[in-house]
Amino acid sequence: MQVNENFEPVIVAFCCNWCSYAGADLSGTNRLNYPANVKIIRVPCSCRVNPMFILRAFQKGADGVILCGCHPGDCHYTSGNYFTRRRITLLYSMLDFLGIERNRTRLEWVSAAEGAKFAAVMNQFVADVKKLGPNRRLEDLRCRKQ
Amino acid sequence: MQETIIKRAKELLADGTVNRVIGWKRGEFVYDITPAVFETAEEIDAEFVFDDFTQANVSKYLIKESRKEGKILAFLKPCDTYSFNQLVKEHRINRENVYVIGIPGGPKLDIEKIKAKGITGILDVKNENYTLKIKTLYGEETMPFYEAISGKCADCKSKKHVVYDELIGEDGDVLESNRFDMVEKLENMTAQERYDFWRGELSKCIRCNACRNVCPACTCENCVFDNPSSGVSNKAAADSFEENMFHIIRAFHVAGRCTDCGECSRVCPQNIPLHLLNRKFIKDINSLYGEYQAGADTTSKAPLNDYNTDDCEPSIVHERGVE
Repeated sequence: MQVNENFEPVIVAFCCNWCSYAGADLSGTNRLNYPANVKIIRVPCSCRVNPMFILRAFQKGADGVILCGCHPGDCHYTSGNYFTRRRITLLYSMLDFLGIERNRTRLEWVSAAEGAKFAAVMNQFVADVKKLGPNRRLEDLRCRKQ
Repeated sequence: MQETIIKRAKELLADGTVNRVIGWKRGEFVYDITPAVFETAEEIDAEFVFDDFTQANVSKYLIKESRKEGKILAFLKPCDTYSFNQLVKEHRINRENVYVIGIPGGPKLDIEKIKAKGITGILDVKNENYTLKIKTLYGEETMPFYEAISGKCADCKSKKHVVYDELIGEDGDVLESNRFDMVEKLENMTAQERYDFWRGELSKCIRCNACRNVCPACTCENCVFDNPSSGVSNKAAADSFEENMFHIIRAFHVAGRCTDCGECSRVCPQNIPLHLLNRKFIKDINSLYGEYQAGADTTSKAPLNDYNTDDCEPSIVHERGVE
């Protein structure tokens, strides 16, 4: 696959307020590097993310969408992330079924203490999406930047 | 069969068990069968139809009908009883106001398959020993019955009535069907092939919303696609993204509740195989969270309203590899 070295993907990260958002904060205060391509959207719980949010992100120009939440069992609302897990598994599987590249989507559990994991996950994800190139299969032409 | 059904409907109207009957009547053409509500025996005699073209699932109409005064009589085919049961489970239908008579199901005929043979000007279709005698403006034509059966009947999942107050005819069994074959075939393609397949199908969509309107699981009073601020409430999809989104979200909103009745594909004027999207969800749910048939009972928890602490992670999708 041809890799365009100059391509900088836009990544949307949905982070739950209680774990992953604090994890992102921690990676910042620890002076850990993660790419500026990642745009974080804070949500009250990973379960708040409705499939439409993820599709919308792709529509408005995201090349990859990652969803971060508390580890299963640690949800601030007890069971929110268990529902997320089923829902998102089905959604990602459906996107795959429609032929959208698998690596454009991801879900990771990042706790408030895992600043290092947050940075590592983001670095990896950005690298993966960079390899795929710009999102063309699930974009809205009207929203294309160039 | 039609005579037996009409006789029983008139009996129940006469003895006051019900004050209305929901069934089917003929439209402009002989194959144009549409649901209708009858209030008197005369209306039933004049218009009630039950034949090989009677496919429409009347369960969804019962949401509004069961909230009216008095009982309504509904004739449900096996596949319709699943939809009915699912709506009872979701407290959408007032079960006490519906008298359900289970009637035999298909296989039913799909007029498009007859027309595809180049037969036009169809005036009448008769089934004689599984050979169709088709009277047209230009003369008589024949074709084998089984070449004209509708897609949803070809993949029939069950001949069993899951709910009824009384039965006309025999009750059948849940069938072993090959309904996931096409989904599997698509899964085995490459991402590019799948993308091309769906682009070809979904780009035909004219956003008539027929699939949503007919779906017995789509019962929200306010639909997300009718919200003007959603950006997708306009009539025609303006971009390939909107086509994809509409169909992903439509299928997702009924995931775990879709009984696989096949109405979406039947009504699609563009013949998009929409049921494949629903079946993909059903197949995933069955393989990841255990066998589940929506509408088979009224007590079990829907898979997306439930969880296990040891459910699989979404990474199973990514483990399928990079293409």
